Amino acid sequence: MDTKVGCYICKGCDIAQSLDVDKLIELATGEMKAAVAKSHDALCSKEGLDLIRADVESEGLDRVVVAACSGRVFPELFEFGEKVLTERTNLREHVAWCHEPNDEDTQMLAEDYVRMGIVKMQSSEPAEAYTEDTSKDILVIGGGMTGLTAAKAAADAGYKIVLVEKEDHLGGWATKFVKVFPKHPPYQELEDSGVEQLIKDVEGHDNITVHTSTTVAKTAGQPGQFVVNLENGNGGKELTVGAVVLASGWQPYQAEKLTHLGYGLSPDVITNVQMEQMAKEGAIKRPSDGKAPDSVAFIQCAGSRDEDHLPYCSGVCCRVSLKQARYVRDMYPDAKVYIIYKDIRSPAQWEMFYAHAQNDDGIFLTKGEIAAVNNGGGKLSIDVTETLLGEDMKIEADMVVLATGMVPSTFVEGAKGWLEGGSEPPSPDEATKKVGEAEGDDAPDGEKKAAASAEEGAGILNLTYRQGTDLPTLKYGFPDSHFICFPYETRRTAIYAAGPVRAPMDLAISANDAYGAALKAIQAVEAVARGEAVHPRAGDMSVPDFFMQRCTQCKRCTEECPFGALDEDEKGTPLPNPFRCRRCGICLGACPERIVSFKNYSINMISQMIKSINIPDEFDEKPRILAFVCENDAMPSVDMAGLARLKYNSMVRIIPLRCLGSMNTVWVSDALASGFDGVVLIGCKKGDDYQCHFMRGSQLADTRMENVRDKLKQLVLEEERVELHELAISDYHQIPKIFDDFLETIDTAGPNPYKGM
Amino acid sequence: MALFEPAEDQITADTIVVGGGIAGMTTAIETAEIGKDVILIEKTPSLGGRVAAMHQYFPKMCPPTCGIEINYKRIRPNPHIRVLTLTEIESVSGEPGAFEVTLKLSPRFVNEKCTACGDCEKVCEIERDNDFNYDLDKTKAIYLPHLMAYPMRHVIDPAYVGDERMKKCVDACQYGAIELDMQPRTITAKVGAIVWATGWRPYDAAKIDNLGFGQIKNVITNVIMERLSAVTGPTQGKILRPSDQKEPTRIGFVQCAGSRDENHLPYCSTICCMASMKQATYIREQYPDAEIYLFYIDVRTPGRWEDYYVTKQNDEKFHFYRGKVAKITEGTDGNVILEAENTLTGQITKTEVDLAILATGMVPNNVEAPPPLETVLDDFGFIAPDGDKGIVGAGVANRPLDVSASIQDATGAALRAINIAGRR
Repeated sequence: MDTKVGCYICKGCDIAQSLDVDKLIELATGEMKAAVAKSHDALCSKEGLDLIRADVESEGLDRVVVAACSGRVFPELFEFGEKVLTERTNLREHVAWCHEPNDEDTQMLAEDYVRMGIVKMQSSEPAEAYTEDTSKDILVIGGGMTGLTAAKAAADAGYKIVLVEKEDHLGGWATKFVKVFPKHPPYQELEDSGVEQLIKDVEGHDNITVHTSTTVAKTAGQPGQFVVNLENGNGGKELTVGAVVLASGWQPYQAEKLTHLGYGLSPDVITNVQMEQMAKEGAIKRPSDGKAPDSVAFIQCAGSRDEDHLPYCSGVCCRVSLKQARYVRDMYPDAKVYIIYKDIRSPAQWEMFYAHAQNDDGIFLTKGEIAAVNNGGGKLSIDVTETLLGEDMKIEADMVVLATGMVPSTFVEGAKGWLEGGSEPPSPDEATKKVGEAEGDDAPDGEKKAAASAEEGAGILNLTYRQGTDLPTLKYGFPDSHFICFPYETRRTAIYAAGPVRAPMDLAISANDAYGAALKAIQAVEAVARGEAVHPRAGDMSVPDFFMQRCTQCKRCTEECPFGALDEDEKGTPLPNPFRCRRCGICLGACPERIVSFKNYSINMISQMIKSINIPDEFDEKPRILAFVCENDAMPSVDMAGLARLKYNSMVRIIPLRCLGSMNTVWVSDALASGFDGVVLIGCKKGDDYQCHFMRGSQLADTRMENVRDKLKQLVLEEERVELHELAISDYHQIPKIFDDFLETIDTAGPNPYKGM
Repeated sequence: MALFEPAEDQITADTIVVGGGIAGMTTAIETAEIGKDVILIEKTPSLGGRVAAMHQYFPKMCPPTCGIEINYKRIRPNPHIRVLTLTEIESVSGEPGAFEVTLKLSPRFVNEKCTACGDCEKVCEIERDNDFNYDLDKTKAIYLPHLMAYPMRHVIDPAYVGDERMKKCVDACQYGAIELDMQPRTITAKVGAIVWATGWRPYDAAKIDNLGFGQIKNVITNVIMERLSAVTGPTQGKILRPSDQKEPTRIGFVQCAGSRDENHLPYCSTICCMASMKQATYIREQYPDAEIYLFYIDVRTPGRWEDYYVTKQNDEKFHFYRGKVAKITEGTDGNVILEAENTLTGQITKTEVDLAILATGMVPNNVEAPPPLETVLDDFGFIAPDGDKGIVGAGVANRPLDVSASIQDATGAALRAINIAGRR
């Protein structure tokens, strides 16, 4: 389609003082064939904007290149109607502010950016929202405190909820607790959980349908169109929902594995769960003889913070023991309670609850390690070492309570990735191979695939995704997410984990967590209905298009999509699910046949941009470096370098990518074939502490370096002509050095022999 | 999207969020991405709040600006968010579902024509203490709040706006962006719900007499340490001790400085253990031979944070001592002597370090600026659950929380507010 591009050069903010603006205008209308090119003292001013608007109107422009400041500045000003695409060519932060003014090389740099801006507009189309009929109903899996709260919160907002609980009653663990620890000031007295009222509210809610004794047999489809098969023993039921809240809760760590702490030694060694049950039944009695205990000892971190069991801290057990100590003391005012701990973890205002227990003469808190628990006949005795006094201690008690931790219900026994790093549920066709793999898997940490196969998955969501049945996880079975900044964003669009399945948490926090997950589910169904992406490209309407005739069924896109957006037919042809898509473009980067494109982001668009750049011949001693940078972190970092007026090498041309994982190696070939002397890729951190906003993008970019190296070999070019860097957004000060060092490397390698060919 | 000074005197939205830190930003964006209208107000000149002044987040050691930028990116094109900086709530009337909020907009003295080009700064002759860097360096009287400010626009310190010399800045600006006579405005907002996300301030370490802050130069606080480690900080990220700019080799961390202490903050701020270990990591990265001494009562690293603690325990240059630091005195050569007391035996150990960092806790800003209506606060100033009278708390206004938990809390607050504001 023919486009009509207008190019507008801003003269403000040192641009006119650094560059020959008239020459840029000549370039735009001449070589680059823009319909209109004009300059203005300040395009962001009313007059500047009016100038563009008038041209859009009178000239019928459908593409506008604003060659001024960063697109991160005043984005709202440069919008000229739905049918007009705008590109922000950054002559300020990327040229005028960080390169020598009125220098030949600076001018050439600006010219190349103008070329790229115009070509980008000539080779992209406005994205149109992709919509279909979608459901805004939400499935909540799990009828405990988290699920009940999520269901009620979303139902109160007007959404229809299907709540599924595998037990025959609602309430989960909360119904098994006598009391919960204090939520209200002065944070000293035990409280009711409030679960009974919540169950009533949910059962009586017009917007909620409850299915007890029911599990999810299968979840197929995509956000807005999930087809869910429920199973309740008397047959199934199929329904369509838009989003899912996974609130399937936790299970106690298996006490059977804690024989070193005396479990199994005597019936009088119990867990905190058994203690709660006893208290709920009305009397705390010594199991062996039904006698009222004179003394009860709590052993904290029983199997927690222990590399042989649960390495993490469940965060609740200290307060649970303090609570259960209160049960004992209230029931038997003369009984003594011992709590043996590593650290007492009573965060926030719960410190007051701890302080209250410290003031009770009948509660003895002792820091120490457990050497042994012995059955002394009648009483149990606990050998404690490493106490604060430096002396070993022996504590005798009628009962021992092991404060065991919480394991997420999504935990899969024997999953290999559990301790070492995250796990990716394997694809059905890989499942057999994975299960057979030996322990000595040499994949790096965080890359190990779990044994959570289609057959052995957690069995809760039962997704029919090509990439597996469950949410991909981080360590310990918790869902993979940016757990600091965007804790709800899992790698399966519109499926949000909440409560202890997401991280260990107490009841009050779980209820809070449910609100967050319910909010995200609502957001997802609304975004899908509008045909927009959810986080992190919220509002993006572009969807990838697959030119299937050229597909070779290599399966790279279906394997690499971090969000499992693509399923496969029997032959391996990708089956896109646009509503699962997060628009990162990783499929576009993966495809060797270059069949994936977005209307406003494509192989052709970037290739044309690369080819538009003017490459001086080898005798000019003006090397050219192409930099592909992640637009999320590295690009703002380059902006900051400009804002801080850091000077860097003007031989570098920067092209932002949606994610470095969307880099297709053909672009590197294009660049080298065009005569670029080197290519530098700058993305986010990969590995266990990845910073990639699309989770897997940086890792995949690294993997693709293999292909790049092969390409270089084919072209008989030096390996060092392509470099990959990780750059945190705050490391803008390192940008000049990255470029300078690379230029030095290229200098040593000499000019690209393909130059001018 | 539409931010800055509204032309009209009355604006409407489903929800107003008070506080533009990570909690408030989160609530506002999450609300807007549902399609509900939201007003986000912030009393300082930029969004970002406390996290914008942090060097890195634990345990991933990643820069807060990474997540902040994504949040800005979500705000910029969203037609449902309106951001008002330099804005505070003056009064509130009405009831849940129909509040009328009076907003006071303080003058920025720089209008929307500002491009952040910095020409004004170059000619400005007046300097002011840089509060972003805890007054450890200076900015000009007209300044950008920080490199990742939003809006990316200069502001004039009101203390200097009347100074004759500011006229030079007016002349230097090619865009007519500086208005020294800009007046405060009062506008009203009709909203269905109010989210209170006003965050925290560090406990005033000078109140802890025995720990020497303010008297001994090389005793600093954890929040200052963040700025000493950041490239945008007063030392450009080089960790140097204040008295003589020497590279520290022995560093002491004093946990629960004023926390879990009935004379100061009786509660636990939950973040300080992780924060100190994180800061020790900054030091260990810059100075691989530096020895770290960390004095604690209990190390509190819940959940997966425990893994981080384990990696520090496995670091041979990391020394954990159980005991509360009872007294800090000055030694020779600017050194600092930490006297720690074993709480059970009463035994005192003395440790000499180059630099001591007080792990001070968080005080909710509610203490000085309580939420409107009869919102129930606990003894410490946090919003008590169910005590909100239609005002929804988010983040540290509710409870001492780390960033991740603040975001969790703030995401949920968006839905709580929507449910107060009315059905869809």
